[in-house]
Formats: sequence, C-alpha cells, structure tokens
Amino acid sequence: MNQNRQQRRTLMQAVVGLAMGALIPLGAAQAADPVKVGMMLPATGTFAALGTAIDNAFKLYVEEQGGKLAGREIQYFAVDDESDPAKATENANRLVTRDRVDVLVGTVHSGVALAMARVARGRDTLFIVPNAGADDLTGQLCAPNLFRTSFSNWQPAYAMGKATAGMGHKTAVTLTWNYAAGQEAVKGFKQAFEEAGGKVVKELATPFPNVEFQPFLTEIAAIKPDAVYVFFAGGGAVKFVKDYVAAGLKDSVPLYSSGFLTDGTLAAMGGAGEGLVTALHYADGLDNAKDKAFRAAYQAKYGMAPDVYAVQGYDAAQLLHKGLEAVGGDMSKKAEMRAAMRGATIDSPRGAFTLSKAHNPVQDIYLRKAQGNLNPVSGIAAAKLDDPATGCNM
Amino acid sequence: MSENLTRAFKLAALLALAAFPFYGTDFYTEVVAKILILAIFAMSLDLLVGFTGLVSFGHAAYFGLAAYMAVLLSPPDFTPASLWTLMPLAMLAAGLAAFVIGLFVLRTKGIYFIMVTLAFAQMAYFIFHDTKLGGGSDGIYLDVRPTAAIGGYTPFDLYDTVHLYFFVLVLMVLVYLFLSRLLRSPFGRVLVGIRSNEHRMQSLGYATFWYKLAAFTIAGTLAGLAGFLYAVLFGFVTPEYLSWHKSGQVLLMVILGGMGNLAGAIAGAFVFVGLQETFTDLTKHWQLLMGGVIVLVVLFMPGGLAALPGRILNRLRKEGRNG
Amino acid sequence: MDFTIFLIQVLNALQYGLLLFLVAIGLTLVFGIMGIINLAHGSFYMLGAYAAFVLTSLTGNLFAAIALGIPLAFVFGVVLEKLLFSHLYKRDHLEQVLLTYGLILIFEELRSLTVGDDVHGVPIPELFAFSIQLSDVMSYPAYRLVVSVVCIVLAIGLYFLIQRSRLGMMIRAGSHDRDMVQALGINIKTLYAVVFAIGVSLAALAGMLAAPLSSVYPGMGFSVLIISFVVVVIGGVGSVWGALVAALIIGFADTFGKVLVPEWAGLAVYLVMAMVLLWRPEGIFRKG
Repeated sequence: MNQNRQQRRTLMQAVVGLAMGALIPLGAAQAADPVKVGMMLPATGTFAALGTAIDNAFKLYVEEQGGKLAGREIQYFAVDDESDPAKATENANRLVTRDRVDVLVGTVHSGVALAMARVARGRDTLFIVPNAGADDLTGQLCAPNLFRTSFSNWQPAYAMGKATAGMGHKTAVTLTWNYAAGQEAVKGFKQAFEEAGGKVVKELATPFPNVEFQPFLTEIAAIKPDAVYVFFAGGGAVKFVKDYVAAGLKDSVPLYSSGFLTDGTLAAMGGAGEGLVTALHYADGLDNAKDKAFRAAYQAKYGMAPDVYAVQGYDAAQLLHKGLEAVGGDMSKKAEMRAAMRGATIDSPRGAFTLSKAHNPVQDIYLRKAQGNLNPVSGIAAAKLDDPATGCNM
Repeated sequence: MSENLTRAFKLAALLALAAFPFYGTDFYTEVVAKILILAIFAMSLDLLVGFTGLVSFGHAAYFGLAAYMAVLLSPPDFTPASLWTLMPLAMLAAGLAAFVIGLFVLRTKGIYFIMVTLAFAQMAYFIFHDTKLGGGSDGIYLDVRPTAAIGGYTPFDLYDTVHLYFFVLVLMVLVYLFLSRLLRSPFGRVLVGIRSNEHRMQSLGYATFWYKLAAFTIAGTLAGLAGFLYAVLFGFVTPEYLSWHKSGQVLLMVILGGMGNLAGAIAGAFVFVGLQETFTDLTKHWQLLMGGVIVLVVLFMPGGLAALPGRILNRLRKEGRNG
Repeated sequence: MDFTIFLIQVLNALQYGLLLFLVAIGLTLVFGIMGIINLAHGSFYMLGAYAAFVLTSLTGNLFAAIALGIPLAFVFGVVLEKLLFSHLYKRDHLEQVLLTYGLILIFEELRSLTVGDDVHGVPIPELFAFSIQLSDVMSYPAYRLVVSVVCIVLAIGLYFLIQRSRLGMMIRAGSHDRDMVQALGINIKTLYAVVFAIGVSLAALAGMLAAPLSSVYPGMGFSVLIISFVVVVIGGVGSVWGALVAALIIGFADTFGKVLVPEWAGLAVYLVMAMVLLWRPEGIFRKG
C-alpha cells in the first residue's frame, strides 16, 4: 500500500538523518532534501487556463535560477482543485498533511483559497496565494504564514473608482455576478467613486454564473448613468462586452471594469472590447526591463504570451526565493523567513512592489486601454495602492 | 449469496474499518472518515431512492443546511459548542426542512419529483450563495469543533483524528442498524410496497402520502447528520455543499452501489471516492478515466456493486457445473 | 419603468425564452419519446459551440459551419445510440443518469485535450452584424432576432414533423408501445437511433447558433443543462408546445425577476418551477 511504502521511506529517512546528524551539522543535511512545494491549482474546469499560466510561470522562475532556490532543489506536488470549494479542504490536506509540503501555493478561486488558508493555519504551513482576490485573505484572515502576490478585489476596483471620478463622471451604475468577488469589487469602486464626489445610482447583480445580461442592459439604457462599472471574467466577460456593444451602449455610456474583464478575453470578443478602459496591477507595454525579459522567456518556453496570472505565479516563486535566501535555505527558521518575505521588495514584471503588513502587495494599479488583443498601459489609476486590510490584527 | 457469508463479510469489513486508524496515516484516516460520512449520506438517500422509489435530486440541501447550522448555531466567540446540543439541533433543522419541503414535493411523481426536489434545493443553494446569511459564496469557517463534554466528563476529543474517526464510524454503524431495523418493521414494508405499487398500497387502505413524508423527513434528518459531521471534519462550509453537483454525486454513489441495498450504498461511497483518489493521483485528465469507468460499469455491471457478488457466484456455480 | 423600457424587457424575455426553447427541445424529444434522461444534453450543446468555433475558423462562415456541423452531429448521435444507449432501453432510468454523467466527464476532458481551456468567440455572420435602434441609447442586435425567428420556425417544423408526418406517426407510436410498432414491421432500432440523433443535432444546433451571442468556454454545457430540464419538466415531458410555453414562462420569470427582485433573481426560476409543478404535477401540457 502506498502509505505504507511512504511510512517506510520516512522511517528510513529518519534513521539515515539521525546517523548523519551525528557527523555533519543539521543545516547541511537539510540542504540535501528538496523544498517541497504543493501546487494547488485548477487543471480542469472554467479556470484551467489560469491555473496553467500560474504553474508555468512559477516553474519558469525556478528554472531560471538553475532549478534551485537558495541552494535547495524544488520538488513539486500537484493537486487539481477543480475550483470546487466543496473538495478544497481535503485537497489542501492532501498536500499539507499527506505530502507534508513546506509551502502551499494556490489558487484561483477565492472560496477554495479560504479553505486552504484554514488548513495552512492549522499546520502553520507557509501559504502563498498567486491569484484569489478575496479581501478577507489579507483582512480578517491575515496570518503570519499567509502571503499574497496578486491583489485584493478591493484594489483594482478602488483604483477604477478613483479614475472614473477623475474623468469627470458624476453618476455610475454597477453590475456584477452575485458572488463575493463581485460584491467586494463593487464596494471598492463605490467607496472611491463616492469619496471623489460621484454617486453610484444603482447596484445591479445577476446570479452566478448566469450570462443573460439583456434585462440589465435595458435598465442601464433607462437610467442613462455617466458610466458603468462591472466585474466579470472569462466567458461571462466576453459575453457581457459583446452584448454591451451590440446594445449600442458602449458609445453612449462608457464601460469601466477591473482588468479581468479584458485579460485573456479580447481575442474572443472579436473587436468588441476595443478601447475599453480597465484598471489592473499589470498591463501590456510596461516600460521595464524585467517585464521584457520575463515575456521573452515565457514566450520562448511555452509558445504563448504570458498574462497577469503568469506574473502572479512568477512573483510567488520570487517571494519564496527571497524568504529562502534570507535563511540560507533552512525553512525551520520560520520567523526569520517570514520577516524577510514581509520586508522583501519583489522585482516583478508588473514593476517592483513591497508587501503591506497584512502581506498583500502594495502596488501601482495601471489604467489600460484595450487595443487589438492587448491591454497597453495608458496611465496610473492609483500609485502604491495599499489594501485597507479591514479586520486584520497582525 | 448465503446469509452467513454476507454477515461474515460485513463483520470483516467492519473490523478492517475499526483497525484502519492504527495503520493508516492521519490523512488517510480523515479520507476514510469522510467516506464514512458520505456513506451515511448515501444510505439516507437510499431509503428514498432504493426502498421507497422516490428519486430525490435535491438531497444535498439537507446535508448543506445542517452543515451551515453547525456553524451558525456555534457561539461566535471561539468557545466550543456542546456536541450533544449542536448535533441534534443541526439534524432537527434538516429534518424540519425536509418535512416542510416534503409536504410540497410529494404531490408529484417520477421525473417531476426529481425536478421539484432539485428546484427546492437550488433555492436553498441561492439563499446561502447570494446572501450574507452564511458568509456568501466564499463560504464560512467552523472555527472550533464542538466539545463532547457532559458535565465535567469528556468521553472523547473531536480534535483527535482517531477519536473523531471512531465517533463517525460508530454513527455510521448506528445509522446502518437503524435503517435495517426500520426497513424490516411494518413501516419499512409499507415503504417497499409503495415502491413496487403505490396504488395497491392505497387501495389496501394505507395513507401512502404520510408514509412517504415520514421517509422523506427521516432521510433529510440523516442527511443532516452527515452534513453536520462533514462540517466538523473539515471546519469549512460552502454553498457548494447544497449544489446539485453534490446531490448528483450522492445519487451516483447509491446507483453505483446498487439501489435498495444499504451495504451497497456504503460500498458505493467507498468506490466513488476510491476511484477519485486513485485517478487524481494518476493524471490531470483524471475525469476522463472516471467517466470511462462509469460508462463501463453501467454497460457491464447492471445492478451496481451490490449485484456483483451474486453475479460472480452464479458464474462460478455455472462453471462448476460445466467443468 | 416607463412603457418603452417595459416593451424592451418584454422583447428580452421573449427572445431569451425562445433561446431556451432551442436548447431544451432536443432534450424533451429524447426524453419523451425514448424515455432517456440524458444528462449529457448540455455536453452536446457545448460540443456544438466548440464545433462552431473550429469550423467557423476553418470555413470563415458560421452558416457553412452549421451546414457541416449538423450532419456531423447527426452521425455522432447515431454512433452513440448504437454503441451505448441501445443497451439501456430496458434498464432503470437511473442507470441512464449514471451513464450520461460519465459521458459529461469524458466529453469535457476530450474538449480540454483537443481544443484547450481558453475562452473563444465566434463572429456574428456579416449579413446580420448590425443593430436596430430601439430607444435613444439602446439598440437591438439583429442576430438575436434572427435566432428568435429560427426558433419559431423550428417549433412549427417539429410540430408538423411529429404530429403530421409519417416519421412522426411512427415515433409517436413507438413511444407508446415499442413492441407493437415492431410487430407492425417498423424497424424500431433504426427509428430510435434517428430520434436520438435528432436530439443530439438539435442540442448541437443550439450551441452553434448561440456561439456568436454567448462565447465558447469550458463548462458552458453545465449552465444550460439544469435550465433545460426545468423547461422540459414545466412544459410536460415530450411536448413541443409545452416546451415552448415553458421556455417563454422561464424567459419572463428570469428577465423580470432580475429587474423587479434583483436580490432574489437566482431563486425566481426555481420558484416558478415549484409553483407550476405544485399546480400541475405533470407539467402544463401533460401527455395523454
């Protein structure tokens, strides 16, 4: 049986370790084993492409370092989380309890990430979130072992709200799926937009993942606000933008969004997305050498252009590297390693960023204007934006 | 299969389960605990599907509702609730919901029954998914497991994986015994009668509606027990526990095991999760294998797993005769 | 709500309802006539949409894609029926549920292996790529109206096929008494294969027609599966008119649910279904 063999192996390792421990210092013995990294990402379902991008870029970074971080080999353990929160705890346990990974990396879906955070907290395992934007992860649930290299839902939305008001719009209608990510984004947008003197006149929501938007478009046409803010991603984003354009609203009521609306979806929109202004922590055509090198390397290795998800995965590996470097690869020095990660400046393709005290990136949020299949940067919506981390007592 | 052989086999299986935590790792002990909980869930559905002929496609509603109750009825300040009040309350809530929904859905039959049970389950799903009642779509934590203390005495500790495992195992066996007993009682015979011919039961003077409602309520309550244990085991409750996927999965376990056979429902839970465990470790395209196995089972194993031993015995007997 | 807006919402409801009819009609036929609960119906819809994407990229035209795709879907349906479903007619409904669930997993993975997991779009055919102005700021895409017209034509066509044609007569007879039809010298096996293939083709057609409106993405089959069953059941299993009426009811419930009670919009459709079935436990158009 599998677990028997594993037990035997662990036993043998223990015996060998004890024997060697007598001869050489512990640190060196440890450097011989690889760091076990548990990748819990979606390999099937709606978010499969995002999971692949994160996984690819994480591994790309490790390979660029010669397959080792701070002198230690990296050994991957992978689980398909299927973006299913109902299986999330067990899947996280598979990596944390069964495979005893040193680091847990994941995932895309916020509900799944929340379940992972709980498992990681129980065992005090280092946990790096390369996408899931749930505000709570670096808010109420913030923890010394939990780091995020992506964003909080609040961040791009708040920046977009600020920018929308900055463009002189006075009234706005919001629309999202009725789920946590959308609700948090709308809250962020509304906060910034109203702080700057605007008014959200109506908040519309549709059941997830329903994509019949026509009734809402009609409502928007009836209200005639100055601007519309939406939060959609993937297939729903494509459908919404196509419908918005076909309803003739794009020219009369400008549409704004967190950048996920137009990331990886512009080709599928077939031109309907042209000129859309969105806010995100990454954009095409950023003027920095790191980004250019990253893009070239990713393209060369995987035969496709990287996206924001890839950047987040790449930075997750960078952040881990910073931590390992600080302790010379000795992960038993938890406190030092985490302090180093907390204090690190990550030289990201998105532009360098630091982490807040709740371990969320303090980053520039760019304004982007869609052009062809790209989202070139057109300005900065909010510089060095820090998530408010509501409820975090760390 | 002969009665004695079956009994011996069941006893051996139970012994193996009781011994498992002592040679499995913590992780696999939790996996088996999960399967045992799903077995309770599957048996509760089998009472409806296999014995009474009521195919519910919304059974996850009662499972999920009780899981939410475990969280919402726990004190908010990180002090543990008492197991002995929390568990009955969660089951009561699920049973009550099943009773009320049953009053409505039992007016329909066949495919219409399947769909109305789904409709009510979907409504429950959207209530937890779309509102802030239970943490919304992201789900909610059960921060502390309940305590088993009675007065000053604590017979076992749910934080200990092995204790929790045995607690679940004992409950599973109790549910099995309870349902077996129930089905052998006059009440159970009426249910089976309803399954084969409801009109005849009616003309014999049985108020079949109330029998069905009782079965529906009992099934909901036991599904609630499973949901409660699931919440305790994983400490996390999400609206997905009420989704039609979950209802579909438990239905698959029942069909896979062979309807109308409680031991089959348990076997169905083991095989379903076992296949998942094996395939997910093999390849990222594990669903292809899973789908393939399911198709093959349907084509070549009518009657599910429960019919398998009989078929093998038959085959052996035949060959014995020929040889 | 002012009157123009109200009228536009009515149009939205009608149009969405017709689209639902298109998606559900294949399911009600297979279900009503052959007695098969086909959970893989949504997968056929998904495969149709992906076929539209691939074939449109190859031929450059959605109509050419449909012309190629429908025969493909038909053949695919016949093959599936012969290989799998023909063994299941005498079995329990629930084993069909199990089998078709297995098929969902297989089709979804095959899609992932062959076409990948990206989101794709299919361009609206040149001919209908324009909008009609409805109010000062709102216009209506012509293609949506075209799809609605196709749905209406299809509803009428199917009605005549089943109620008036010789094939329809055999089909109806077959659904009542399989053995009797066979005794009359009609090849029931071929007949069932044809009906199943028609069901698959209709689901694929729905996917192909909807592809330019929606988008093509992993898991899209799931989104239509449940709503299709809702339509079929409200309408009364096997009834073409029932499916049409039910689809329109759901179209209205969804549209006005979203407008009038946005917080409870997710429940609206199911609430309507529960109410209809409590009022008429066998659907609106129960079969005689």
